[in-house]
Amino acid sequence: MSRTSLVEAPDEVAAAVPVVPRRQRPARRWRRVVSPVVLVLGWELAARTGLLAAEKLPAPSDVLATGWRLSRDGTLGIHLLDSLTRAGAGLLIGGLLALALGTVAGLLRLGDDLVDPPVQMARMLPHLGLVPLLIIWVGIGESLKISLVALGAFFPIYFNTYAGIRDIDERLVEAARTCGLGQAARLRHVVLPGALPSLFLGLRLAIGAAWLSLVVGEQVNAQTGIGFLMMEAREFSQTDVVVLGLLVYALLGLISDLALRVLERRMLTWRRGLRAT
Amino acid sequence: MASRTAGDLNGAEPVLTAHAVRRAFGPTVVLAGVDLTIARGEVVALLGGSGSGKSTLLRILAGLDGEAGGTSVVHGTAAVVFQEHRLLPWKRVTENVGLGLSGADGPGRIRRALAEVGLAERDRAWPAELSGGQAQRVAVARALVREPDLLLLDEPFGALDALTRLRMQILLRRLRAEHGFAALLVTHDVEEALLLADRILLLDEGRIAAEMPVDLGPTRTPDDRAFGALRRHLLDRLGVPTT
Ligand SMILES: Nc1ncnc2c1ncn2[C@@H]1O[C@H](COP(=O)(O)OP(=O)(O)O)[C@@H](O)[C@H]1O
Ligand SMILES: [Mg+2]
Repeated sequence: MSRTSLVEAPDEVAAAVPVVPRRQRPARRWRRVVSPVVLVLGWELAARTGLLAAEKLPAPSDVLATGWRLSRDGTLGIHLLDSLTRAGAGLLIGGLLALALGTVAGLLRLGDDLVDPPVQMARMLPHLGLVPLLIIWVGIGESLKISLVALGAFFPIYFNTYAGIRDIDERLVEAARTCGLGQAARLRHVVLPGALPSLFLGLRLAIGAAWLSLVVGEQVNAQTGIGFLMMEAREFSQTDVVVLGLLVYALLGLISDLALRVLERRMLTWRRGLRAT
Repeated sequence: MASRTAGDLNGAEPVLTAHAVRRAFGPTVVLAGVDLTIARGEVVALLGGSGSGKSTLLRILAGLDGEAGGTSVVHGTAAVVFQEHRLLPWKRVTENVGLGLSGADGPGRIRRALAEVGLAERDRAWPAELSGGQAQRVAVARALVREPDLLLLDEPFGALDALTRLRMQILLRRLRAEHGFAALLVTHDVEEALLLADRILLLDEGRIAAEMPVDLGPTRTPDDRAFGALRRHLLDRLGVPTT
C-alpha cells in the first residue's frame, strides 16, 4: 500500500506516442513486382519462340486477345453472369443458414447442445466429395451448383459466427446491463459489433470456398458459366480459353477479397484505434 | 423485495438495504449472510482481503447475480464502475458514456459529464486511444451521466499507477461534494478507504466483521495523526503487522 512508484508517466502522455510508419518503402514495393513481371515475360517469350507448344500453354498475349474477343461478342459476359448468379445464390442460402444456426448455437445453451454436434460431425466430410450424393439428391442441374456453393460457404460462416459470439467478453455484456440495456439492446450494441470481426473472417473464407465449389460444380454437366466455357474449350483444344477461364476465376477471387477488405476497413474503424486520427 | 424502512433516523429512506445476502459457488460459501445499509449521500468503503467476496457482494447489490440468497434493494438508481473500464471498444467515448441513456438532452448531459472528468476534448476518441487513467475517467463519466443515487465502485482505481490513482481519488471526492451521491467503494487500499469514506466495513469470512465510522472531516490528509491511528487500527484488523 505504499505509494512510492512515481515512474509511471502521467496519463496524458500516452495519447501522444509517435506512430511508426507502417507503409512499406517504395523501393521495397517495386522490388516485389519484379519477379512476377519477369515470369510473365519469360512465359510470353517461351511461347513466341515455340519452346512452349501453343496447344499446351498459349502466350499470355494470346490469352488476353481471346479475352478481348469473347468480351466484345458478349460470350464472356453471359457466362460470367451465370457463374456470379450461382455463387451469389449459394452464398446467400448457405450464409444465411450458417448465420442463423451459428447465432442460435452461440447464444443459447440449448441451441449449442442441439445444433453444434451434428455440424461438427458434418464438418469432417469434405463437401466437394459429396458431389455424387448430391447428384442423386438434386440432379445435375442448377440446384447442384448452388447446393455445392451453399455447402462450401456454410461451414466457415457457421464456425466464425459461433466463435465470434462465444469470444465476446462477458464483462462487457455485464457493463451494458448496468447501463440499463435490455436483451435486444445488448445484442445490437455488444454482441453484434463484438462478433463482427469474426463474421468478416468467416465471410472471407466462405467466398473463397464458394469460388472453389463453383469451379467443381460447373464441371458437372453445365450449359453455361465460366466452368462450362472451360470444359467446352477443352473438347476443342482451345487452350487459350481454358487459361482465360482460370484467369477469370482468379480475378473474381481477387476482386471479392479486395471489396471485402474495403468494407471491413470501413466497418471496423475502431480496431485501427491507434492508427486513426 | 421486502423493502425495509427501519433504521432511517431522520425519516429518510436509506439508498440501499441488503439483508442476509448469501452466495456460494458449489460447496464454497463466499458470503454467509451480509447485512448492509447505506444512507443517502453516504460513502461506505468495503475493505477485505483478496478473495474475501467483495466483488461478489458488489455484483449482487448491482443486480447482476441471479443466484444469490437474501434480499437487496436499491431505493433509486445505481450505477457501477468496475476495476477495468469496460468501455465498448467499438463505440467512441461519447457513445460509450451515452450507452442506454434515456431522457431529454442526452448530448448535453454527456458533454457535461465528460467535462467533469476533464475529458471534454476526447469525446470523439476510440477507447483504444485512451490511457488507462483516461479510460477509467470515461467509465466514471458513464456512471455519473445517469445521475445515480448510489455509485457502486469495485476497486475503480486499483489498476492505475500511483499518481493517477491519487488524482482519481481527488476527482471522486470533488464529484461527491458536487453531486452528493451515496457510494459503496470496494477497495483493498486502507488509505483510499480512509481518504474517501464516511464509514468503513470489513468483510471477512463471508460476513461484515467490523464496522467503523471515519470521523476525520472533509479535508483529511494521510498526515493527520488521527488518520495514522485509524490506519494502524485497520491494518491490525486486516492482520497486517504495522511495526
Ligand atoms: N463465478 C465464480 N465461480 C466460482 N467461484 C467464484 C466465482 N466468482 C468468484 N468466485 C470465488 O469467490 C471468492 C470471492 O471472489 P471475489 O468476490 O472476486 O473476491 P474479491 O473481490 O474480494 O477479491 C473467490 O474465492 C473466488 O474464487
Ligand atoms: Mg474483486
